[in-house]
Amino acid sequence: MTAGIQGREVRVIGGVPWTRNTRQDLKWVLLFLSPWIIGFIVLTAGPMLWTLYLSFTNYNPIRPVTNFVGIENYARMLKDPHVLNSLYNTIFYTVLHVPLSMGIALLLALMLNRIGGRSAGFFRTAFYIPNVTPAVAVGTLFLLLLNGNSGVINGVLGFFGIDGPSWLNDPTWVKPGIIIMSLWTVGNTVVIYFAALKNVPLEMYEAARIDGASAWDQFRNITVPMISGALFFTFVINTIASLQLFTEVYTMFFGAQQGQSSGAGDAAEFYVIYLFHEAFEVFRMGYASALAWLLFAVILVITVVQIRVSRRFVYYEGE
Amino acid sequence: MRRAVPILVSMVLLLAACGPNAATPNPTTAGGGSQPASGPPASLEPLKAEGKLFAYGFAYKTGDIIAQTRADVFKDAYPDVDVTWSESGFEDQKFLTALASSDKPDVVNMPRNKIGTYVAQGVLDPISDCVGKTGFDTNVFYEAARNDVTVDGQMYAFPEFYNTRNWIINNKAFEDAGIDPDSLDFSDWDAIAAANEKLVKKNGDKITRIGIDPKIPEFLPLWVKANGGAVMSDDGLTSQLDSQETIDAVKYTTDLVKAQGDPTKWLDFRNTWDFFGGKNQVASNQIGAWPMEQWYLNVLAQNSPDVDITVKPFLTKDGQPITLEDGNSWAIVSGTDNPDAACALVTTMVATDTWVAAAKARQEDAEKNNKPQTGVYSGNQEADQIIFDKYVDLSDMPVFEAAVKAVLDNQANAFGWPPSPGAAGFQTAMTDGVNRVLSGGATPEDSMSRANQEAQDAIDSNAP
Repeated sequence: MTAGIQGREVRVIGGVPWTRNTRQDLKWVLLFLSPWIIGFIVLTAGPMLWTLYLSFTNYNPIRPVTNFVGIENYARMLKDPHVLNSLYNTIFYTVLHVPLSMGIALLLALMLNRIGGRSAGFFRTAFYIPNVTPAVAVGTLFLLLLNGNSGVINGVLGFFGIDGPSWLNDPTWVKPGIIIMSLWTVGNTVVIYFAALKNVPLEMYEAARIDGASAWDQFRNITVPMISGALFFTFVINTIASLQLFTEVYTMFFGAQQGQSSGAGDAAEFYVIYLFHEAFEVFRMGYASALAWLLFAVILVITVVQIRVSRRFVYYEGE
Repeated sequence: MRRAVPILVSMVLLLAACGPNAATPNPTTAGGGSQPASGPPASLEPLKAEGKLFAYGFAYKTGDIIAQTRADVFKDAYPDVDVTWSESGFEDQKFLTALASSDKPDVVNMPRNKIGTYVAQGVLDPISDCVGKTGFDTNVFYEAARNDVTVDGQMYAFPEFYNTRNWIINNKAFEDAGIDPDSLDFSDWDAIAAANEKLVKKNGDKITRIGIDPKIPEFLPLWVKANGGAVMSDDGLTSQLDSQETIDAVKYTTDLVKAQGDPTKWLDFRNTWDFFGGKNQVASNQIGAWPMEQWYLNVLAQNSPDVDITVKPFLTKDGQPITLEDGNSWAIVSGTDNPDAACALVTTMVATDTWVAAAKARQEDAEKNNKPQTGVYSGNQEADQIIFDKYVDLSDMPVFEAAVKAVLDNQANAFGWPPSPGAAGFQTAMTDGVNRVLSGGATPEDSMSRANQEAQDAIDSNAP
């Protein structure tokens, strides 16, 4: 396609006239983006493609010979009970953790949005502090908090006459315990929602109040649509992070506890933990690569579905 | 380089989601401070060693007095060797990365139960050349420790440390329960089960004292051995997790736990112990008896010197004393550029004189800090004899003096983990198998059958 600019015919690419200035701008854009582009190719895309190749081999880093095994690793996944178990645990966690963390984060952000003055800064910091705590420390901390015998959580439940469960050793309660732990770090999501709430024009609320809208109506018809972009973003990001959960659970159930008695059984076996075990404890890197690609496929499918569905619900300013 | 690319590339992708596994300090060598070196070991033929050396799996700067003194002995003996210590414990992931790098380790300090895995893949050299050059007498090591590092008749590493397990009995709990520790027959599993029920103490359905803690899954091999079996064949190539001896041991030990109440509450209670502190489970009368590594005597002596304990050997069903041992080892990495320096280092670190120097430094440090110390269990019999004769004096702590004697008396009855290509996978399968039974998720037969299949799979996939 071409367009006439100042009497000259100029090509149009993607709706943008392809002038000398445009080409000049593109060079600068590419120059400034190059560190990321190079990093992506070398550190992400390259290794990903390499593991795709490895997933069709029996690659073991301490074996001198690597053989091509076709789809054997993928076929093995179908028969491996750990794959199904760890996928179930991971998806169970994701399905509960994502909406819960979004709901609590939204509640906290709405509260923050109503607080003014000096205390606002304090609460913003307080909500965010858990996010700067190292994941290993969080795992260790929750080993103490969730202890069925002397933990704070069961202590609080006991205050209300409830005999708390064994969060760490009863397979039924292990995943709920992990979900409680994960809610400790909703600060990131709170900050995103808080920023989105600040961008909602106050005139809309004023107009709604004049029209007699209740607080719930305002929340449902103004707040939620106006921050739906942020809600969708955190929905996608939190889903991906949940499917990749590793450090905290590894610290709680597999790190220093390796080889020790645990009542958790298979309930704490999450997908990336199993992948790690296959890759770095028994050195089946080829199989672990296939596991990594299955996780990638699962995340990709879920994300595509989320994006498709979001078109009906997400409002972007300027659309 | 061709091998380096896939290792590094795949690690980048896989580790991106996983993160590193923190190294666990070895409680055997817990302590701190540095000491002046004690000179070269006289028992070895000196080597002409010089140049650079990279030692993986050993921390000098953050190491305890035992580690630092031994490294100082080497520095004094071989001042022309410039050693770079990895300053970390052994981790498979980091070691694999180091092997793939241009600056690969010359020597490695790794747990003995991992030797079989790396030997199977040709990563380590046999130590026969090094032994020939230095005249090192490998018979100074306990037989079980030698077996841990011997594959197809060849030794691949020099053993270091010797952790053994014996019963630690809390005399106060036994007295409360009306049981005489000396008359309880630990070879009689029915008698242990009966004592367990007398020793356990509850407040409602809450456990306030554990009767007998069988320490499973970690010590399952000990129970299986006592039951006349073994969890793995001697060559480390066949899993025996589904043998009748193993299944019976799993059933018996998990029943010991279940007889004390809900296993989840039992485990929760155990997790509340002040294990390394002054209010530990013995001092707080929260345990009857349990098999435990000997380094724990040092914890008790230093933190609760007044506890009343008896140490007795673990017994087979026919009354023979046995113990499960493990520890670390020093090995030479295949293809090292500096074999003489590598040999000098690995032999010096485990030589009798070096251990004695380290034990002496530790004793002086303990005296300076007015703390008792129950000795270093080096894995070197000659060194142990000198150490416990000259540098361990517990005469003013008769309970611990008797405990240490009981440990030493059982040292020779040890067995270890056979060197297996799939040691890590085997241990995971065994742990999962026992824990499934403990959590009520499966019967011993079903769970150990699945564990056996997974363990064998791990062995086969790493076999040469």
